[in-house]
Parts: sequence; structure tokens; C-alpha cells
Amino acid sequence: MATVREREVALADKEELISGSEAIAVACKLADVDVITAYPIRPYDTVMQYVAKLVANGEMDCEYIVAESEHSQFEIVKHASAVGARVFVGSSGVGWMYAFEALTVTPALRIPMVAMVGNRALDDPGAFGVEHNDALAVRDLGWMLVWVDTAQEALDVALLAWRIAEDRRVFLPCAIGCDGAFLTHSQSLVKIPAQEKVNEFLPRYNRGDLTLHPDNPITVAPQANEDWVMEIRKQNDAAMRRAPGVIREAYADLERIFGRRYGNPFFEEYETDDAEVVLFGMGTMSMPVKVAIRKMRKEGKKVGFVRLRWFRPFPTELIQATLSRFQAVGVVDRDYSFGSPYFSGVLANEVRTALYGAERRPPVVGFISGLGGREVTVPNVRGMTDMLFRAASGERLTDTYWIGLRE
Amino acid sequence: MDRSYAVEIVYRGIFQKTLAKHISRGLVLAAAKEGKTGISFGRYGDSPERNGIPAKNFAIIAPDEETLEESMSQYEPKRVDVTVSVDDTLCKGVESWAWYGLQPINRLLNPGGKLVVTSMLGFDDLFKMIHTKDVPYELAIVRGIPSFSGLWVYKDDHTDVRILGTIARLVPEMLSLKAVEAAILEEWKDELKMLSARKAYERVESVVVPPGEGNAETPYEFTLPGWKEMPEGVTIQSIQMGGAIVDPETGTLGGYRPAVNPYFKKFSTRTMRPVVDFDTCIKCTLCWLQCPDSCFDVTPDGLYDARMESCCGCGVCEAVCPVDNCVVMVNEAEFTDNASQWEMWKADKAGYKAWVAEKIQHRPERSHGFRLRGLYQEQIKAMAAVGITKSGEEKVGGEDTTEASAGGS
Ligand code: SF4
Ligand code: SF4
Repeated sequence: MATVREREVALADKEELISGSEAIAVACKLADVDVITAYPIRPYDTVMQYVAKLVANGEMDCEYIVAESEHSQFEIVKHASAVGARVFVGSSGVGWMYAFEALTVTPALRIPMVAMVGNRALDDPGAFGVEHNDALAVRDLGWMLVWVDTAQEALDVALLAWRIAEDRRVFLPCAIGCDGAFLTHSQSLVKIPAQEKVNEFLPRYNRGDLTLHPDNPITVAPQANEDWVMEIRKQNDAAMRRAPGVIREAYADLERIFGRRYGNPFFEEYETDDAEVVLFGMGTMSMPVKVAIRKMRKEGKKVGFVRLRWFRPFPTELIQATLSRFQAVGVVDRDYSFGSPYFSGVLANEVRTALYGAERRPPVVGFISGLGGREVTVPNVRGMTDMLFRAASGERLTDTYWIGLRE
Repeated sequence: MDRSYAVEIVYRGIFQKTLAKHISRGLVLAAAKEGKTGISFGRYGDSPERNGIPAKNFAIIAPDEETLEESMSQYEPKRVDVTVSVDDTLCKGVESWAWYGLQPINRLLNPGGKLVVTSMLGFDDLFKMIHTKDVPYELAIVRGIPSFSGLWVYKDDHTDVRILGTIARLVPEMLSLKAVEAAILEEWKDELKMLSARKAYERVESVVVPPGEGNAETPYEFTLPGWKEMPEGVTIQSIQMGGAIVDPETGTLGGYRPAVNPYFKKFSTRTMRPVVDFDTCIKCTLCWLQCPDSCFDVTPDGLYDARMESCCGCGVCEAVCPVDNCVVMVNEAEFTDNASQWEMWKADKAGYKAWVAEKIQHRPERSHGFRLRGLYQEQIKAMAAVGITKSGEEKVGGEDTTEASAGGS
């Protein structure tokens, strides 16, 4: 029998100085992942290096396979997951795109693959900095997509991702968007939950009737014609529709077991209670935005920020209810969608679509900023906010505005 | 502490990457011991896997999370309280992989900021390299050769903790020695390392540098073009052809000097440079053929002159030259400009011969590619024996050697 003191020690969180990538590697260890495949590309490669180190040091026991390309990398974990292994994989930028065929086949097979996408600008030009277009490329395919802001959130969301993806009601792959550099390469103090707590939070992956095994003879992925495809797509749609409920349950358990509160799982609201205008975005841009908001609030400007976490499933009703409270919404895209409505970014048009069904529709101003890893600065945020106040007082700002661009 | 503090660690790519990380981590861990918070990161635009490339790590220390966010809202700090340079040749300025011209080593320092350099040189030698600044700052020397600690088989030489101890002394409001010691014991579990930090704290050598002291050269700079001025299709116009050069002796026009990129020169990657003896050169062309950066100008008299603005100091020319002592790599700190050696030789052949003899006498001292891998105490002894160190001779043979070698056994 463990003494009370021993139990306390076992349940105590440890604080460590680690990067977002290391945090995800630590989550892999805590989740006791069975199969991990790797293929180097910056910034994702930092995760594979940390995992390799954990394995080499004997701290972690898993099949660690370095594939010969990203395509095989994602195919291998797909198959491993089909036989019942918990898997982890990841990539960045054009590496993720090289795996694209494997990415498209995964959701239909209902494979709960967890992938880290170290967000990186798509070539060309070859650049390491963050853009979200890599991960966003799978937005229509049945992948769940979540963006994180801090190393702590990266660790927590990785654990949440297995819990949600491996839930029999969902069984969909989940990609975690991690901004290159700002998250992957900065070390900050992170609370590492005790193994016992993780065990309580994260049950073993049980593929049940879908397990590919000689004791459970099944065929996976036969060719199908027009008699079948639509129904298969509808099954995926139904799984995605069930995901929000499972996400809520998982966050509630995370709070109960780890004692860390994220509130609404789908997005974070910052200084929105009395805000007249809000900015809306994903990932690590929240830091300069929050700093700018604190400064502007001191000057009496009622500005808030909504940071979207879960892009898929998109929290439509919640977004409607929240964003209709404001006089104007500025969506900051760290991505682009050339030729799209208003020539705006992906996020801005998602928000416009969601708001179209709302009774009160505030003007949405589209911004593009921070491409290729450029900083979104405090003055940038001030500039965007000034435009939002103009939109709130009736000026029509329907173009998409590139902020921080060298003219 | 009522504000945040920023520290940059400037290092040589790949060789000192782990060392730089240890220093910035150590700073944050020590701050955490005093209830502060912090973040440690590398400048992402750098490509620190390239040999010798100047790269940076940063540590931001703040009293609380909110103040930390405030300082972090700029990814690379525009101002720092402390600059650490773990290789004295970096004092000539750094040109990162991300282009911005040549950045003086002290450019980001706040007024009254601290510049900490690991070096065997004296203050006066460092001032020949370090650019002037229009506000005063403090320069501290941590005695030692450029450390490779943490790289592959290189042993720990305590450079990391000696720098932590030095910073604790210079900026006590950011970090106390107690906190540094506690963090060292926790992170490295090594009492000797803790003692090295303490000794470094006790022995800080520093001077306040008045405005205007240092190298008066204006570093090259340029502004980036706007999107409408840039060629479309991710295209770069190639550099124009070069041309023949005039022989200063005979006035004949001949040879070939290629034109070079005015925006990215690369010489700040260099920790050693080739010294060419034109009297013994047999004009075999090997250096010219093999130089990976096409640095060699072909002179009208058929010789090969390494253009110092472009040379990254890789040492290939020395390796391929078939003549003994005809191309010799020499520590970059021995030089104060990028002048043409061939022009020097043309102007005064006897003087040049003496100059070459003087420069290469300590061969093969190198600031990367040590002969005595991992054995710093041996290296320092060897260097002291041939009189390489221009100052602090007694320190080299005495206390500091013990300190530097404490972890090397
Ligand atoms: S050291 Fe020699 S080979 Fe290397 S870049 Fe310089 S001139 Fe060229
Ligand atoms: S390799 Fe040596 S001998 Fe040959 S051309 Fe160059 S300097 Fe002269």
C-alpha cells in the first residue's frame, strides 16, 4: 500500500522548462503511444528528435519508425492504427502536402490518428516561418483540426486529441496546429501531469469491431461505386457532428482530473465581456494581440479577442452567439485563400458563413497578417483595431487588408 | 525586479548550438528559482546547422507572466540588457542567415547594458573588433577560448555556468548568484559546475566603455524592397559579370574578379582566414577551383587572391594547396580589415613576407576544428606555450585553467 505521502508525490505535477515540441513529445510518452513514424522537416522535426531521445534513453517504449517519405510515414501509422495501436505522427508545410494522398484516405477509414502539424509556409519560396495553409488544406476531408497557443496547451491538447479521436463515437484523425518557431522552438515552464492522472484521463485505445486482426476477419477499404459512396460520406459527417459533444466531455474530464480550466473548449475569449469590437484568430498571435489589448484598454478602447481552438468541427452556433454581441469583428488570417470571396483568408470566410445565419450580423473585416512567420506586432494590432472601430461606426470595409506588408 | 530583462547569446552555428541553449535555459531556470518566469528560444530565422554561421539564442526573464508576454510580443527582442558572445571573432559583427547587413555585436544593447565575451584577448584587442556605440555600456571578459562544450564528444568545460555566474554579478537585479547556483545543482547535479559559476562571479573582469570607443567602421546595411518593386515568380536577378583587374605594379589589365552580392557577404561566418604566400605559390589553380564560395580573384600575374569579404573561412584552400605553408589558416582575431593580400604583396614584397611569417607562426591554432578534441586544458597550455594569448598569460597558466578544466577530467 502506498502511503499518503507517496500518493501525493505520484499525483504531483512536475514543472519543466520545455518547448511546444517537447511538450508534445512528453504527451506521447504519457499517452504510452505504440507506434510513431517520423520523417524530418522543420519545425515538426523537433518533436521527432525529442521522441527519439525519449526512446533512446529508455524512458519510452514504442515502435519508432523513420519512414522514407511523408507518404509512407502517414500510411504506416494508418495501418498500425487499424490493428489497434495508438499512433502519433506529424509533419510541416510541403512535407504534409507530400503525404496528401495518405491524408485523404485516413478519415474515411475512421482512423484516430493524431498528427502534429508544425505550421510552416508552403514552398515556394522555401521558408521556415508559420502559415496555416498547410494544415488547412485538409479542412474539407474529415480531419479534426485544432490550434494551440502555448506549450502547456500543446501538451494538454495532445492528450485530449487521443481521447477524442479514439472515442468510438468519433474515430476520426486529429491534427494539432502548432505555429512554427513561436510555439515549436520556445521553451517555457510547463506543468507535466502525473502519469496516474493521465491514466485516469485517457483510456486504452479500443478499436473493437473495427480492429484488423485474424480473430476479427474484416476487409478494410474495398473499391465502391455510386451505390455506396454517399452513405460512407454521411457516416463521416455523422461522426464529425458527434465530435463536439465528445470534445466537451473530454475537456470537462481534463478539468476534473488535471485541475486546469479551459472554459469553453472551442474558443478562448479575452476581454470580451464589455468589448465593442473584437479580433478573431488562431494560434500564437494571441500573445501580441493580448498585449495590445491591455494597452488599448488603458486608453479606454473596448477591444476583445477571440482565439479559435477547434477549427474542425467548427463551433457554428457558439460563434454566432458570441460574435453577434459585438459591433465589428476583425478576422486575422495567418493564411490566404487566393481568389476566394473578398479575396480573404480561410478563417474570415468561415466566420462570414457562420454569421450569415445569425439574427444580428456585425460587419466582418478580413485581415491577412503574419505570413511566413512575420511577427504580428502591437502596432499592427492597433492598426487593425482602429479599422474595426471605423467599421463599427458604419464605414464599409469590405476588402481584405494585408497588415505588416512592405508596400 | 519590476520589468523584464532580455539576454541574447550570440554563437557559432552548429559548434556552439548546445552551449548557447544551455546558457539561455540556465538563465530561465535560475530566474524560476526566485519566483520569476521566463522563456528561452533561438532566433528561428537563423539556420544554426551551418558551420560557423552567427546565430542567436534569447532568454527573457520577467517578474510575472503578463510582463513576459509584453516582452515576447516581439519575437526577436529589439533591445537587450545583456549580450553574450561565446566566440570573440563574433565581435567583428554578425550577418545572420536572414539578411540584414552586418549587425555590430553591441547593436541591441541598452544604454548601460552588458557585453560578455569569452576570449583570451585583452580589452584593447577586442575594441579593434567591436564597433563603437553612442551610449556607454560595460564589457566583461570571461577568459577562455571559443567553447565547443556540448558538441558531440567535446567535454563540458563549464563555459555555460561561468557565463551564468558572470551575468549574476553584472545584473544582480535580474539574477542572484544563489539562484544560479540552485539552478545549476538542479539541472546538472554537479557541485563542481556550481563552484565554477561562483568563481566566475568572484572574478569578473570588466570595463565601462565610453561612447565612441571601438572600431569606427560603418557596418553595411540595406533596406528591403516592397512587394511592387520585387520581381515576380520568386525570381532573383543574377549578379552582373565581373571583369579584369589592373596590376598595380605594371599597369596591365588582366585576370578576372567576379562581381559579388552586395547584400550578403558572409565573412562574419569566418573564425579563421587563409593567409597566402604569393612567393611560393606554383599557380596550380586548386584553391581557385575548390573554394566553395568562389572567393579567389585571378590576378593579372596569374595568382589567386582570396577575397576576404566573401571568404567564410572553411579551410578548403589550405587543405588542397600542394605547397607547404603556402596557404595557412589563421585565427580571424589576428586581423582588423578585409584588405587584399595580393595588393599588400604587390606594394611591398619584403614587408608582406614578414607579415605572413608573423601571422602564421602560431599555426595551426584554430578557433574551430580543435586539434585537441575535448581537451581544453591541453589546448590552452599548448596555446600559452607558443605565446598565442596576448594577455592574461598568468591567468592562462593559473587559476582559470583549473576552472576551465574542472569538468574535463
Ligand atoms: S577558406 Fe579558402 S576555400 Fe574556404 S571560403 Fe575562404 S578562400 Fe574559399
Ligand atoms: S593551391 Fe596553393 S599553390 Fe595552388 S594556386 Fe592556390 S595558393 Fe597557389
